[in-house]
Amino acid sequence: MKKNFYRIAISSLLVLLIVAGLTACGERGEQTEEKAKSEKVTLNVYNWGEYIDQSVLDDFEEETGIKVNYTTYASNEEMYSKIVSGAASYDVIIPSEYMISKMINEDLLAELDFSNIPNYSMIGDDYKRLDYDPEEKYSVPYTWGTVVIVYNTQYVDEEDVEDESVNLLWNEKFKGKILMFDNPRDAFALAHSKLGQSLNTLDRGQWDAAAEELMKQKKFVQAYVMDQVFDKMISEEAYIAPYYAGDALTMMDENENLAAYVPKEGANKFFDAMCVLKSSRHKKEAEQFINFMCDTEIAVRNAEEVCYAIPQIEAFKELDEETQEDTMIYPPDDVLSRCEVFIDLPQEVLEWQSELWIKLKTCY
Amino acid sequence: MSKSSSVSIGNQKTNLVPFSAWMVVFVLVPIALVVWFAFTGVDGFTFSNLKWIYVYKSTLWLSVKLAFIATVISLVLAYPIAYSMSRASEKVQRNATLFIMLPMWMNFLVRTYAWMTILEDTGLINSVLKAIFGADFQSLSLINNHGSVVLGMVYNYLPYMILPIYTALTKIDGSLLEAARDLGARGHQVLARVILPMSVPGIISGITMVFIPSISTFIISKILGGGKDYLVGDLIEDYFLGNSGVVNYNIGAALSLVIMILILIATFLMNHFDKDAKTNGGGVI
Repeated sequence: MKKNFYRIAISSLLVLLIVAGLTACGERGEQTEEKAKSEKVTLNVYNWGEYIDQSVLDDFEEETGIKVNYTTYASNEEMYSKIVSGAASYDVIIPSEYMISKMINEDLLAELDFSNIPNYSMIGDDYKRLDYDPEEKYSVPYTWGTVVIVYNTQYVDEEDVEDESVNLLWNEKFKGKILMFDNPRDAFALAHSKLGQSLNTLDRGQWDAAAEELMKQKKFVQAYVMDQVFDKMISEEAYIAPYYAGDALTMMDENENLAAYVPKEGANKFFDAMCVLKSSRHKKEAEQFINFMCDTEIAVRNAEEVCYAIPQIEAFKELDEETQEDTMIYPPDDVLSRCEVFIDLPQEVLEWQSELWIKLKTCY
Repeated sequence: MSKSSSVSIGNQKTNLVPFSAWMVVFVLVPIALVVWFAFTGVDGFTFSNLKWIYVYKSTLWLSVKLAFIATVISLVLAYPIAYSMSRASEKVQRNATLFIMLPMWMNFLVRTYAWMTILEDTGLINSVLKAIFGADFQSLSLINNHGSVVLGMVYNYLPYMILPIYTALTKIDGSLLEAARDLGARGHQVLARVILPMSVPGIISGITMVFIPSISTFIISKILGGGKDYLVGDLIEDYFLGNSGVVNYNIGAALSLVIMILILIATFLMNHFDKDAKTNGGGVI
């Protein structure tokens, strides 16, 4: 009898708790907008890995009282599929240009209210109205850069790199010491450069030829990596790797034997820009965050940490001279003219790319 | 069992509710979704996703092969360990179990990354060898090959082989072994004809628990295989996350279905063996 009583008591308590929990959830959903002002808002920021000075986030929280929930991804494709699947909700994202145009076309991004982002005026005109956002409605540039080839001067002789060619990644001499991008867009871009093709080619024959190059390269490749490139290059486990310029500089800071160049055949030039998702429930706070990141002092601190080129003019002037003149971060015009910006490829071409990439990965 | 002796609280049917709810929400619904995706496409119901199983047959074959090798190696390593543990004093048994469980308190990813720094050309093993044989020593290639992937599987899943076998062995009544000896069996005969058959349930459960996670792993192959030993788990991950530029749940689900069927077949075969050996009450974890 007593046991029975306990059981009934406990189960009714549980039921009560569940019901209370459910109603609480419902309420929260409805009252978000009203409460947003008075209560602490949590902003979900989704960015590339190793791509921010974390202390900047603390400052933002302190200044605005908005809590930042910061998460990272390793590739544009990973970020995109996470968002499309609806598995998680984010407010601010920082994708690359071709992904931004894809997301604009798919109506995933919110039009920004630039009156909330006064610091946008300090973004250089060279970085506004670019192809991915021609009407400057959806994005605020965060950083830009190029893909470079990093190599270790202890093991790679001067004569191997004096032509500054992308062919270094296909050099048999360094078999087993070459790393390669573990994402198809960047990997194919290098093969396209090698063959003198456009990185945005729509020609199936050119994609097949590039895939063949990657297939030839596979036996020289030690591993296909993304963020692991840092460890492997710094510890001299691998001697040659293509990667993004800012990250290459981070590696060079850690190991003085490392050097890098933009390949003479050209490479990908990328812009990463801050966007707000249409599904965001805190658009205003998201814009506040973007504005904060464009603040001169914050942008300088962030640029010093991530080593990428920044589009914020005032902040650029604040950087030390050495950084301003670093041709790795801010390449001269003749180098940039060889580089190409990715465009959003049509679905058909993406299917080829996916098919060829998986073929490469499943060939043992 | 007579009614009066069964100790049960409440109605047997209602007691099953939490379990059934769990099974429906976290097992049946996901499996139904996998089947649904595997047989649908843009135009509704289709069998066309299944053709990818044929396209990726070499990947499937490699996954089965590596998982099989890892399972055999685990079994060969685990049996003697489990046996010596089961024959040791109680204190040793307790400590040994603790030491086997200890690495499992650490995150799986961290453990696997640790192997990377051990096996690399500039890693621990090669550095030690270089220190002994001089700087001219040609480093051994220990990583980014089939061997390192199998090593990762064996290392991570070995405890799941040792523990069930150990449990089965401890349950064997010592007097049976004495009886076998009294009746003239020699050491190896006792092992082959008494101990081994009686530990079959443990072996079976160990094999299942090593083979299943090995065949579906994707992170071990990525970390220790250098992204070159691309297994079916990697393939499924790429189709679901769209790492190759295209997201396709349907192909991913079709491939998952193959793995599930392979696992079902393996379990069925195992149970079949188990029935043949059902003459004793060995322990299955």
